[in-house]
Amino acid sequence: MGSIAVPKPPRRYMSRRKREDLILAAILLAPATLIIALVTLYPFLRSFWISLHKWNLSRPQEGRPFVGLDNYIQTIQDPLFLDSLQVTLMFVVAAVTLEILLAIGIALMLNRPFRGQWLMRMVALIPWAIPSVVNGIMWKWILNPSYGSLNGLLYSLGIIDQYIIWLGDPKLALAMVVVADIWKETPFIMLLFLAALQTIPHDLYEAARVDGSTAVQSFFHITLPLIRPTLFVAVALRTIWALKSFDLIYTLTAGGPSSGTTVVGYYTYLKSFVSLQLGRGASVAYIMTFAVLLLVIVYQRALYREVRY
Amino acid sequence: MQLPAEKTYARKPRESLQSLLGRVLFYVLLFLLLFAILAPFIWMVISSISPPQELAATPPNWIPNEPTLERYRALILGPTQGQSIPIAAEKFVRALTSSLIISSTVTLICIIAGAGAAYALVRLPVPGKQNFMFGMLAAQMMPIIVIIIPLYLVMQTLDWMDTWHGMILLYSGFMLPTVIWIMYSYFQTLPEELEEAAMIDGCSRWQALLRVVMPISGPGLVAVAAFAFLYTWNEFFMALIFTASKTKTITVIVTEFSTQSGIDYGLMMTGGVIGSIPPLIIALLLQRYIVAGLTAGSVKG
Repeated sequence: MGSIAVPKPPRRYMSRRKREDLILAAILLAPATLIIALVTLYPFLRSFWISLHKWNLSRPQEGRPFVGLDNYIQTIQDPLFLDSLQVTLMFVVAAVTLEILLAIGIALMLNRPFRGQWLMRMVALIPWAIPSVVNGIMWKWILNPSYGSLNGLLYSLGIIDQYIIWLGDPKLALAMVVVADIWKETPFIMLLFLAALQTIPHDLYEAARVDGSTAVQSFFHITLPLIRPTLFVAVALRTIWALKSFDLIYTLTAGGPSSGTTVVGYYTYLKSFVSLQLGRGASVAYIMTFAVLLLVIVYQRALYREVRY
Repeated sequence: MQLPAEKTYARKPRESLQSLLGRVLFYVLLFLLLFAILAPFIWMVISSISPPQELAATPPNWIPNEPTLERYRALILGPTQGQSIPIAAEKFVRALTSSLIISSTVTLICIIAGAGAAYALVRLPVPGKQNFMFGMLAAQMMPIIVIIIPLYLVMQTLDWMDTWHGMILLYSGFMLPTVIWIMYSYFQTLPEELEEAAMIDGCSRWQALLRVVMPISGPGLVAVAAFAFLYTWNEFFMALIFTASKTKTITVIVTEFSTQSGIDYGLMMTGGVIGSIPPLIIALLLQRYIVAGLTAGSVKG
């Protein structure tokens, strides 16, 4: 008798509350959903449709015949596309690896109390905050073959005996794009790692040292396992962002010299907006999406696993 | 009896020498790090105030002998008589205005629509939540280039090319998924009891959202607002494709500072410095919220 102290709420009340909640949910979700659907979902589907057609804006007389997978076949047979894949791979692997290693190293170094730490944190946000276009023009000026400060500095220090045309050779230009990307992206990843490191209790290291563990052992057995989720997120996000790189390439090298820095994103831009082959452009874009979506799925699966442990 | 005393005496200087060396090494590395981060940006500032003949010096004139604010004056107030600057530079103030209006409006839309949607997804019985959130993640990661052609057609059909509202719509659409993710993680950390208590006291859920949840969501909203503003202000690709003479944004205009005699680097650096000021102010003022917000949005996922 006494156990049924809480009376069952009347059914009408429950359903009214639930109905109100549903209406409110619809009102709250509608604006965002509509905008996102119009700007991303619809174009995403339409893009696929376009990729199945031959559509060349510079030859309007040809119309836009349906060609099935022809655009995809032409794309994967285009040597320029294959080159751009190779360039993208080199860029992404070099940039992401160096950025992550540098970021972890610097974060380990800064993970101690010292005077001016607040200043360091502020400074680290500067490269992240400035527009990537500004990063591009800034490095273009620094790397200028005649008046650039890099040549000037290295020459004054006696490291080089003649000025180098940094953006004149495909491999060197790609390396410079990587340098500019490292400058912009590393400090912020470093802040993420620093935040992760600071959640690790100091006692753990103390205990390990008492047990005779070296600094290197402590790093691999304590630090690394504990920052794994952050490491994982940083690698995945940086990879996806690097795949999308466009602004830096456009301003710094415009894909050159001799396509040496034409990443896939830039290749798509050239196909769609310079040679105006919309169908071909859409097919490259779709191949790229597929790669990114695959990464996103891997990322999400692994993230759930990481967070659960 | 003297032995232990001697031992400590012998060991102490060596230890402190080691730690002193460690400290020196640490500060040397710290200085190198600060230099690496700051030098390129400072060089941009120095170049913007160096007179043309000093810019063309070899090796570079590290500290300008006759610093000048002439370029800043020319960009903001227009060229003086007889001074020739690239056509794009004459539209600099217009570009600043465009960037400011577009970025602020996008920030506002993102806060209202994004926080609302995130709240609904966390607290209200929305069917298919998981799929919706995965869709948001995918939208957030999708390269813009993938949908740029259909977007071009959409903008043409709506006749919204080269307009502020067109750009605002696009940027909102691209920023909202990120905003929803961050606010979603943020609302999950808020105790549900607060709203329940308010609703037992007779508030409707709507009132509970406005009067109880929103006031304590400050830090999350600040982070989201900062991201939205920075993203929109810094965005280049869509601005390059969709803006023309009327609404060119700051990022597009600074890439166009060339004349027949080549690129005007001094003016370009000046544009770069001015264009970096609003995002820098926001990032430095809201530093704590930004780092916290990003860890919440990406790590907690």
